[in-house]
Amino acid sequence: MREPVSVRPTSPGETPPSPAAEPDPAPATPLQKSLAAIGERHARTQEPAARVLVARDDVVVVRVGDVVVKAHAPGMDAASLRPRLAASARLPGVMLPPLSLTAEHADDRLVSVWPAGSPVDPGALDEAPWEAAARLLARLHLVPLRHLPPLPPAGGPARVSTVVARLRDDDGAAARTVRAAAASLPPEALGHPYGGPPRAPHGLTHGDWHLGQLVRHPPEHGEWLLIDVDDVGHGDQAWDLARPAAWFAAGLLEPAVWHRFLAAYVAAGGPALDGAADPWERLDIPARALAVQVAAAAVATARRAGREIDEAEQVLVDTCARIAAAAR
Amino acid sequence: MQCPKCRGSMRTYERNGVHIEQCENCRGIFLDYGELETLTRLETQWGGQHAAPPPPPPPAHGPAWGAPHHGGHYGHHRQRGLMGMLFST
Repeated sequence: MREPVSVRPTSPGETPPSPAAEPDPAPATPLQKSLAAIGERHARTQEPAARVLVARDDVVVVRVGDVVVKAHAPGMDAASLRPRLAASARLPGVMLPPLSLTAEHADDRLVSVWPAGSPVDPGALDEAPWEAAARLLARLHLVPLRHLPPLPPAGGPARVSTVVARLRDDDGAAARTVRAAAASLPPEALGHPYGGPPRAPHGLTHGDWHLGQLVRHPPEHGEWLLIDVDDVGHGDQAWDLARPAAWFAAGLLEPAVWHRFLAAYVAAGGPALDGAADPWERLDIPARALAVQVAAAAVATARRAGREIDEAEQVLVDTCARIAAAAR
Repeated sequence: MQCPKCRGSMRTYERNGVHIEQCENCRGIFLDYGELETLTRLETQWGGQHAAPPPPPPPAHGPAWGAPHHGGHYGHHRQRGLMGMLFST
């Protein structure tokens, strides 16, 4: 998901991050207007006026002035969100802290309020802060779970199932290929209980890391921080490295960039791959799972938009075909 | 000629200008003077001609299900699909 704390540069004369970026719409639905009202209460400045940054079925994010307000997915319960908010508040320099530890409510949805930061510019991918991201993940992973309130399981594996389920009514060739790859994954990679002990050491895990989960705070010149607590929890930390691993394995991420990311993580003391002679011993299963998830999301998005999948998306579907074949 | 070791009868072979006697009984080989050096020289020449090519740069290591041709995709599609994947769940 594109995440809550994103703000586009607004100073006069500043270049917008993406030439194609259109202005974000003003709040229109009752939920969006409720989020704007919550934001106006927390914001120190009401400029810029309320804008909808994310409007999806599951997540809605509105920015007002210097805050962003997020309506969490309908399935998020307060008992899971509360310790996640508390954990992010105890990880200064690693995660963006919320403005309030107490979730609010709007239209039966849990709502959290955050300072606005500035996201990675998708139009300048060559400058993406891969090393900074790797160091942040390493620092997150080094925090002992006992230093934080008891957290639920990290959301990564369950999210794979959720995203693949978006294809359930799609009988096209791409959807069938993605489903076949999903069916080849071990149950724990889909968030299903399988009865055995964890196959990898458990630690503090972000649960849904990608380039949209970084912001600078204060905006523009502050340090990079991780955002989005929705999937934070205890789990196999290799999952936080597995999305770029999947991009690399699919051939979408340059090997040099992947190796920079991995080397920065290890150099910062990141423990997710400890004890493995080959990083892929730990990365293989989660990277398969995330390749399936990303492919499923892409196929579902293309179908909803009524278009064919594009070249990059086809690369991921082809990767799914190889994942299914390798498991036979 | 008799084998100097087992007294079996030896048979003469000619290979690439090298004269070899081999015993039909114990399979032992008898070389004339200088023939060992000739063999060594031939071996060196053969090795020189057929030296293994320098090893290719190590492939970017990845899983068995990885793309067969790394290098094929990045760079030329900085468009919607790839951006969406790198920046969203």
